[in-house]
Amino acid sequence: MNIIVCIKQVPDTAGGVVFNPDGTLNRGAMLTIMNPDDKAGLEAALRLKDQYGAHVTVVTMGLPKAEDVLREAMAMGADEGVLITDRVLGGADTWATSSTIAAGIRNLDFDLIITGRQAIDGDTAQVGPQIAEHLDIPVISYAEEIKIDGDYVIVKRQYEDRYHELKAKMPCLITALAELNEPRYMTPGGIFDAYDEKKVTVWGRADLKDLDDANIGLNGSPTKIAKASDKVRKGAGEKKTDLDPQGACEYIMGKLTEKHVI
Amino acid sequence: MAIEDYKGVYIFAQQVDGELSGIALELLGKAHELAEPLGTDVTAVLIGSNVKGLCNTLAEYGADHVILVDDPKLETYRTEPYAQALSGVINEYKPEIMLVGATAIGRDLGPTVSARVATGLTADCTGLDIGDFPLQPQEGVEQKHNQLLMTRPAFGGNTIATIACPNNRPQMATVRPGVMVKRAPEKGKQPDIIEYKPDLTENNKYVEILNIVKDMGKKVDIQSAKILVSGGRGVGSPENFKILDELAEAIGGTVSCSRAVVDSGWKPKDLQVGQTGKTVRPNVYFAIGISGAIQHVAGMEESDIIIAINKDESAPIFDVADYGIVGDLNKVVPLLTKAIKEAKAKTA
Repeated sequence: MNIIVCIKQVPDTAGGVVFNPDGTLNRGAMLTIMNPDDKAGLEAALRLKDQYGAHVTVVTMGLPKAEDVLREAMAMGADEGVLITDRVLGGADTWATSSTIAAGIRNLDFDLIITGRQAIDGDTAQVGPQIAEHLDIPVISYAEEIKIDGDYVIVKRQYEDRYHELKAKMPCLITALAELNEPRYMTPGGIFDAYDEKKVTVWGRADLKDLDDANIGLNGSPTKIAKASDKVRKGAGEKKTDLDPQGACEYIMGKLTEKHVI
Repeated sequence: MAIEDYKGVYIFAQQVDGELSGIALELLGKAHELAEPLGTDVTAVLIGSNVKGLCNTLAEYGADHVILVDDPKLETYRTEPYAQALSGVINEYKPEIMLVGATAIGRDLGPTVSARVATGLTADCTGLDIGDFPLQPQEGVEQKHNQLLMTRPAFGGNTIATIACPNNRPQMATVRPGVMVKRAPEKGKQPDIIEYKPDLTENNKYVEILNIVKDMGKKVDIQSAKILVSGGRGVGSPENFKILDELAEAIGGTVSCSRAVVDSGWKPKDLQVGQTGKTVRPNVYFAIGISGAIQHVAGMEESDIIIAINKDESAPIFDVADYGIVGDLNKVVPLLTKAIKEAKAKTA
């Protein structure tokens, strides 16, 4: 079985966010991590590998330094890495990103593709389902549990108040939730292998077939940023020190109503 | 087809088990505001099996037209037949705007459909307006009018971005539930129903539903809760968390807690908010009897609205709270529970 796991190197938004003077994110000044949902997806793939045997390929699209996140994944147990990087691919929205990654995946053999549900920088949750759509394969998003049954996968798919147990014929794409599992750590041996034994293949624009120039990078992105601004950091709000319990209750009810909570 | 020929504001009227989801009515409210400056009208797309009865409600809440796609294959949500249905509607009727709720269904359906009809999609929007793109005139760039401007948080809520989709139609967005406002219903308004039969041919993308489990058991996920009622040591005892449970039940929230509460053995670890617990970002976070140590604040400061109740006026929680009450939680919380129940009974 061939499993592809799509991973993304993201700024660690929990570790402090640094802005450029123009209000854009200063990615260079921030620590990067493997996106948490993707790491859970990778762990799920590695467990399937442990259980059923599989070849796990990690794929990322990003700057050349995104190779680091592939090496980390290989140190955890992935067998090989593919880095899709090219200046002309930059500034892509989810349509252009998914078109590009799908084109890369067409170069590979796969039975199962696992992506994280969403990345903590963009929070869109769109790239996984859109890759599936470009590849014309079924998608099961929000996976809580993944099992293999012959040529089929059986997935627990989470909704707000329920889950569905779904059965899909492979090849298919699954998006994973961080709650899926507790990802393993890299091992010292794994780290040596990741740098000495295992291979990262680098693909540029020319290596991606069946991909129209109209669908890549900033120019190939249907959505355009009109404005981006630093969220106004929250300071202290109002503090009421002199309300009796009934007054306090009415004050909170007023705010809840004003904010359409109730 | 020229993009000017795409007309109308459409919403996906999500229903589950034959009941309309709240987001459907919220989207109708917003769709009306958007339709006015565009001089167009509002269409709800209702997809399901035996759901015609819901058309009246959609009309009452502001749908000028309802496109009904009713088929036994659509009884329970599955990505493929729903994507066939919605993209079929888009290709047939050519809306200029298509809004979908940012729910566990909408955030699956939206990206699939937008990729299928080859347009952009903006995720989890908290604001929608009609305006110009670019916002200001720019030398050498055509400024397009009457564009959908979609506002959303990104980078873990650290930035706010406004996004347009100037060259593709429809302009599509998923919209965060609980943000847009429903209209007052026009009782008795009759819907204009258009029944549409899309091509629902089964293909490799149809998945089989083996089982549906509605009882999620005791598993509590505080990270996906929209409203958290969080208690600290100030609650006083494990038994006294009952008043928090009652508030949570009344407002439709989930109980969480501070580290002190877990360390005292009052609540399990999976309910803990903070640096050594979970990071949460609900729409509303009640901090009740929580002093607000920096480690706690790190796990909840991104909440949209923070309401603190604490008897200690100097508690640091008041430095991050939007609305702070210095008072006795044992008195304020039960009164609040009662008031919320009364308010909900009135609007139900």
